[in-house]
Amino acid sequence: MSLITIDPRKAAPFPEAAAEILRDTQLRKNVAHATDVIQYKRAAVVAEKDDWQALRDAGATIRKEALQHLDSYLEQFEQQFTRAGGHVHWAADAEEAQRIVLGLLREVQATEIIKIKSMTTAEIDLNRNLAENGIRAYETDLAELILQLGAELPSHLIAPALHKNRQQVRELFAREMHLPNLTDDPPALAEAARLYLREKFLKVKSGVCGANFLVADTGSVCIVESEGNGRMCLTLPDTLIAIAGIEKVIPRFSNLEVLLQTLPRSATGERMNPYSSLWTGVTPGDGPRNLHVVLLDNGRSEILADTTSRQTLQCIRCGACQNACPVYRQTGGHAYGAVYGGPIGAILTPQLFHMEHAQSLPYASSLCGACYEVCPVKINIPEVLVYLRSKVVDQNRGKLASVFNQERVAMKMMARILLSRERFETAQRIARVLEKPLVGKDGWIHWLPGLAGRWTAARDLEALPTQTFREWWKERGNA
Amino acid sequence: MRISLFITCYNDTLFPGTGKAVVALLDRLGHQVVFPLEQTCCGQMHFNTGYRREAYPLAKRFISIFKDAEVVCIPSSSCVAMIRDYYPELARENNDEQMVAEVKSLLPRIFEFTELLTDHFKLEDVGAYFPHRVTYHASCHGLRSLHLGDKPLRLLKNVRGLDLIELQDTERCCGFGGTFAVKNAEVSTAMLGDKVRSILNTRAEVCTACDNSCLMHIQGMLHRQYAGVRTLHIAEILAAGADQ
Ligand code: SF4
Repeated sequence: MSLITIDPRKAAPFPEAAAEILRDTQLRKNVAHATDVIQYKRAAVVAEKDDWQALRDAGATIRKEALQHLDSYLEQFEQQFTRAGGHVHWAADAEEAQRIVLGLLREVQATEIIKIKSMTTAEIDLNRNLAENGIRAYETDLAELILQLGAELPSHLIAPALHKNRQQVRELFAREMHLPNLTDDPPALAEAARLYLREKFLKVKSGVCGANFLVADTGSVCIVESEGNGRMCLTLPDTLIAIAGIEKVIPRFSNLEVLLQTLPRSATGERMNPYSSLWTGVTPGDGPRNLHVVLLDNGRSEILADTTSRQTLQCIRCGACQNACPVYRQTGGHAYGAVYGGPIGAILTPQLFHMEHAQSLPYASSLCGACYEVCPVKINIPEVLVYLRSKVVDQNRGKLASVFNQERVAMKMMARILLSRERFETAQRIARVLEKPLVGKDGWIHWLPGLAGRWTAARDLEALPTQTFREWWKERGNA
Repeated sequence: MRISLFITCYNDTLFPGTGKAVVALLDRLGHQVVFPLEQTCCGQMHFNTGYRREAYPLAKRFISIFKDAEVVCIPSSSCVAMIRDYYPELARENNDEQMVAEVKSLLPRIFEFTELLTDHFKLEDVGAYFPHRVTYHASCHGLRSLHLGDKPLRLLKNVRGLDLIELQDTERCCGFGGTFAVKNAEVSTAMLGDKVRSILNTRAEVCTACDNSCLMHIQGMLHRQYAGVRTLHIAEILAAGADQ
């Protein structure tokens, strides 16, 4: 049975899910190829900017400022958005957000909606909830459409179907859209999707989207995208509901000058997004008349309260950390057991779940720092990862089970040994004796018991040298 | 100059050859090396695995041993990164004013081995001779935390007889990551597989780096595969040929 799910409450620990995915040769090839291509494009457009590091600094400053005074910027946004003719709703958690959206859609007797790709709606599992209540959601982003038709899970922030290649997409479209003669030519695939969706755009009267930015001083909502489907969803329906995490607010319209440079370059390797949509309230005769924003907390204010991990909320969901991550490169997003995969998911998911679920995720990293290096808003992901690891460890301190936990026992013992020179030197000598039965004729260890056996499953270990450095030093006579 | 050597706990125990090479080279360059025998560990493994409480006294212990050193040389970029990136944080979160001050004063005197040679001594040619085909793996902490850049490569390029072959994707992690190698053994192995493939493609006989931790990991698979490539810390290459 597959271990793969994106519900952190049910997900298997990362190492187990990853072990299953690592056997999927097609997925691994697709993920490695796709992330290579995006990284290459990103590197090229980043290299064009002499002031890239300054832009990162500026982006971080903007996001930090927004978080520092989040309460007042959110209120300012609410005021401005309301003044312009929209309505703001506050949702403490996923259930409340679902209820609000459902209520708004029932008011206009909607039975169908069109959707723009949105991680936040995936986070609250909106489509499933609406379906259970008789409302059908049509995803209009090409990748989301692929996932929806194939009943598949998203695996990336920007390119959620990146684990699929075009041969697989052709097969899916041919089957689901009844197009037996479809080729795997990208334009042909896009055309098939376009025809399939065009009818929905013209017919469906309600739209649901996320938001890239909420602008406090003007009350504007900003969405950027590449395909133009989003522009259709934002302009054609009568009713438009945007669901956004509370952290999406930025103080000033002028902040977009920085963020709309760094986001597209980081996300898709484009200088600017093909479609940048910004709307402020209702304009008679032009675009949606019934306009709503649902502000979602869902664990975010708890993250905000922690000064070390608050930086998690600076994220602008560009996906660059995923593309750069050598762990994600091997597993793709599904191993992370949540809608947010990769390095940002490894820090965000456990916190969104109050450190009660997804506790293996902070450990799903070699701490190589590639994520931090590319992050356009300078989130020090490795720092947050090790911080969350300490939370996981501290939660289990004092519990009876921890007495039998091999890692914990080893760590405690090591700490005691390392705090004294005498104990350390004794341990070095004892280790040489203890390892003897494990050392092969070639002077290497090929098998170890317990946890350490996970090393020797694929790797040898050289036997300890006959003399430690300090023994040599003392013998040399200059101690 | 009087240089205090922090060998690190795993080099002391597993890779004494690296320490001997550091001593030999610094000797050759006319410096005096001291080795405080009280030293054990910087606390990195505990800190990175989430045992911050256990890491704190280890960090304090390190500082008390090295706080008066003229300069400290550490042949391990990940331990230097631990000290530079996280000692200030450990001090702050424990409200340890004394440690905050001591860390601040000590940090400018802490050097990773290749930093000491290139930044502090302004050396690129240390007079080494090593007639072998060598490739260089840029370890993550050296690269992204210490920003070593091409410092190690400049040292290697000046080694006589050495044939330096560029490693494809040299900047990609080998998958070691301390306890990651055990806790996420499968993913770690997959990452290592890619690294080993790049190394074999260079047809080098030796893979070098500034960190024995990565090298121990890489060597683990090379040895398992009878691959015909060995790993060697950069200090051992730079110290080679001293007698010639
Ligand atoms: S953490 Fe940084 S790099 Fe990763 S998605 Fe968020 S903004 Fe992008």
